[in-house]
Amino acid sequence: MTIEISAQAAYIVAALLFILALAGLSKHETAKAGNAFGMAGMVVALAATIALATNRGIEGIGLGLLIGATVIGAAIGLYRARKVEMTGMPELIALLHSFVGLAAVLVGWNGYLHVERHLDGPEAAALAAADTLGIHHAEVFIGVFIGAVTLTGSIVAYLKLSARIKSNPLMLPGKNVLNLGALVVFAALTVWFVIDPRLWLLVVVTVVALLLGWHLVASIGGGDMPVVVSMLNSYSGWAAAASGFLLENDLLIITGALVGSSGAYLSYIMCRAMNRSFISVIAGGFGLENTAAGADVDYGEYREVTAQGVAEMLSSADTVIITPGYGMAVAQAQYGVAELTRKLREKGVDVRFGIHPVAGRLPGHMNVLLAEAKVPYDIVLEMDEINDDFDDTAVVLVIGANDTVNPSAADDPASPIAGMPVLKVWEADNVIVFKRSMASGYAGVQNPLFFRENSAMLFGDAKDRVDDILVAL
Amino acid sequence: MKIGVLKEARPGETRVAATPVTVAQLRKLGYEVVVEPGAGAASSFPDDAYVEQGAVIGTALAADIVFGVNAPSTEQLDALTPGATLISLLSPGLNPVLVEDLAKRPITALSMDAVPRISRAQSLDVLSSMANIAGYRAVVEAAHVFGRFFTGQVTAAGKVPPAKVLVAGAGVAGLAAIGAAGSLGAIVRATDPRPEVADQVKSLGGEYLAVEAPDVEVSATGYAKEMSDDYNARAAALYAAQCEDVDIIITTALIPGRPAPTLITAEMVASMKSGSVIVDMAAANGGNVEGVVPGEATLTDNGVTIIGYTDLAGRLPAQASQLYGTNLVNLMKLMTPGKDGELVLDCDDVVQRSMTVVKAGELAWPPPPVQVSAAPAAATPTAPAKAPQVKAPPPPSRRFVVVGVAAALLFLLAALSPQALQGHLTVFALAIVIGYYVIGHVHHALHTPLMSVTNAISGIIVVGALLQIGQGDTAITVLSAVAILFASINVFGGFAVTRRMLAMFSRS
Repeated sequence: MTIEISAQAAYIVAALLFILALAGLSKHETAKAGNAFGMAGMVVALAATIALATNRGIEGIGLGLLIGATVIGAAIGLYRARKVEMTGMPELIALLHSFVGLAAVLVGWNGYLHVERHLDGPEAAALAAADTLGIHHAEVFIGVFIGAVTLTGSIVAYLKLSARIKSNPLMLPGKNVLNLGALVVFAALTVWFVIDPRLWLLVVVTVVALLLGWHLVASIGGGDMPVVVSMLNSYSGWAAAASGFLLENDLLIITGALVGSSGAYLSYIMCRAMNRSFISVIAGGFGLENTAAGADVDYGEYREVTAQGVAEMLSSADTVIITPGYGMAVAQAQYGVAELTRKLREKGVDVRFGIHPVAGRLPGHMNVLLAEAKVPYDIVLEMDEINDDFDDTAVVLVIGANDTVNPSAADDPASPIAGMPVLKVWEADNVIVFKRSMASGYAGVQNPLFFRENSAMLFGDAKDRVDDILVAL
Repeated sequence: MKIGVLKEARPGETRVAATPVTVAQLRKLGYEVVVEPGAGAASSFPDDAYVEQGAVIGTALAADIVFGVNAPSTEQLDALTPGATLISLLSPGLNPVLVEDLAKRPITALSMDAVPRISRAQSLDVLSSMANIAGYRAVVEAAHVFGRFFTGQVTAAGKVPPAKVLVAGAGVAGLAAIGAAGSLGAIVRATDPRPEVADQVKSLGGEYLAVEAPDVEVSATGYAKEMSDDYNARAAALYAAQCEDVDIIITTALIPGRPAPTLITAEMVASMKSGSVIVDMAAANGGNVEGVVPGEATLTDNGVTIIGYTDLAGRLPAQASQLYGTNLVNLMKLMTPGKDGELVLDCDDVVQRSMTVVKAGELAWPPPPVQVSAAPAAATPTAPAKAPQVKAPPPPSRRFVVVGVAAALLFLLAALSPQALQGHLTVFALAIVIGYYVIGHVHHALHTPLMSVTNAISGIIVVGALLQIGQGDTAITVLSAVAILFASINVFGGFAVTRRMLAMFSRS
């Protein structure tokens, strides 16, 4: 049993552990075990790889750098994981995706330096003997391309999510042509590179891919970020798979394909929830229909209500549904909301949560926040589970949600969000909307809900207002 | 047409399929009614009372329609006229021999216990009406054996604590038991795998004990279904804790077409206080309590009485007969559209179709499944209907074309690639499919942890950099070191953050 063969065996074990990890993460009972399987798989994979690298005669300095880089990376990663606020989770995940992209670019470049730079060297000769030299060229090229798209795409997503750049969609003229053009250039360059692997071609494709990644995500509005994060997750998987082909490493191929396809499927589920075309999402820049239409419509008067009034309304209600949105995350209001839920439940009020599939800035964002605040997850329902119950509900609290509760998605075919399934909060007897001001949501659409007769606005920071209600109760 | 009301052949049966009240109603529908002599005696309905309402005393077996409570004996079946319609409780799901026998005869047989659980058929649902009586009677039986008050009292002779009653299963029988025990003054608790019954339990004055598990669901047929192992383990822990506390347990857990689940084990019984009472309403189907003897009350070594009577409904015969008779009248109303005494079996009607075991000598069992909309409707039908841009699902032919083109492309790609690549392509293709299926049923609340764990796993790219570092080329080593640094942030950070998130998920 040589080191090479044992390492391959360990890779198979690691790949299966990763599959168990993903399977485990799809249910609450097995989720923790799933994470443990993932960690075990990673340990097995890393141990096998280091053994393999040592066996291949790694230099002392290389080994030192390896250990140093791993330790520093681990320290940074663990520190960030401990410090991150739950509301900052989307940014962190987006940033982590960019690291995978960066690593994929570097691995691809290394592949070039290793083989293509010395076309008369022994490695190239060995590949040529196996008739895979051309394949290797293509693999380098594709790996770098996907990695670079993931890198800049994730960085833009990170910047948008952490509000360092504006989250409005970038509207370059002919943006679809730009995206398509980049792909065509990529295809042409790939063919060229396979025939004649020049360094400048690799530089050009890296730059093109970096620009494409930046443009893809920049042209998507902040409101659609959950899908983007999930999509980038998928891209990072494909980048790893491409590196696997490059290095002829089955573990990388399996793991990359697993992550890639599961991420793509997750994005697909979310696209369906938003009634968007999956193709237009992965191609970037969806949700861009001009939002000027209907902007001048007079929606009528809205009413305001005080925290005191809301408290009275809640005390006399028998059923309450809370529909949180990104505004709750921004205001860090989840603890107050959880406390409010607890108090109301003690009074015998039936309190439930209705979560829109794309509420927040990444899938399941609201669930994570509510779980952090110890809201029992059996009263947190998804849209399909609760949407028919609104008309029997006395009070709905809309906390920092806007587009996900917009009746024009159902009523107004001209609306930019027409056809998107929404929470039918307006069917309840009373709707209280927590909002900072009358500004429109991410989709840039005014929300007729605010002007309905059964709606009332509670202006101000969601956290302060929830605290006011708690005092009044 | 003539309706015959049988004198029940089964020993110990006290019920009868028609009472004087229902006879009058049947006659209003245009039927003549023949009642066998002494048919209602055990239910305290003398023959005279039937005659007063217009029935004739005679042989019921010669009638066109024959009413029974239980399945008739073979002799009774032999005496039926060809073309007759038999209506009684047949339990066709549990009784394949009887169904086979019936199918050999030139008759039509309807089973009253096969009514689908849809709102429209509620008035025919014998299982509900009998369960209601049985639940009440179970409390009465328990109270009879229990050597104490149900209600708590403070008297000059000392304080009397109230009895604590646990009802397992809040179906019709369970709810009836909760109501009866509560009105006697006991503290009532109830368990049920379906969380939506919590309100019903509360409405009857009981306290709902939730088994802490997320996989609680409404079954499509409106009945409880078998639960997962994890759920069962949690439920067992709940029962074990309750057994030590409560005085009376009434179990009602039945799963259609299957043996009753064991809820109370022998150890749990042994942990109960002396003088406690258990009524196992599922005794006829194997029992929810270990050690129950169907049809009997037994006393365990530690002084716990286990009651396994299978005729609880029959112990209130007058009431049970009246309700059963009314169920039959409602069925006749449904099947006599002209109110002219002519029976019409409409097999397009889902209720009648479900009940039909044999139709004119032909086997009609099992019926097609009926979807009961007890679960909240999943779709939001209004929104898509109004959205013009919602695409119709592609026709199947288009799907075949798409799959065909994809398969051809894949074939070309694989066929043109060199041998060395094909192994990797196989692995790649299979891994994609696995990735798709593995997360197919991900819980919506777990999207974020799933994404962060896949993110951590995609940090596996570090393997690539690890293999490239320190192999003799300085540039490669430097780039690899950077790649390792970033990828390890990803690996460690991703797993750690997932752990943190998962630790937060909790139940109420």
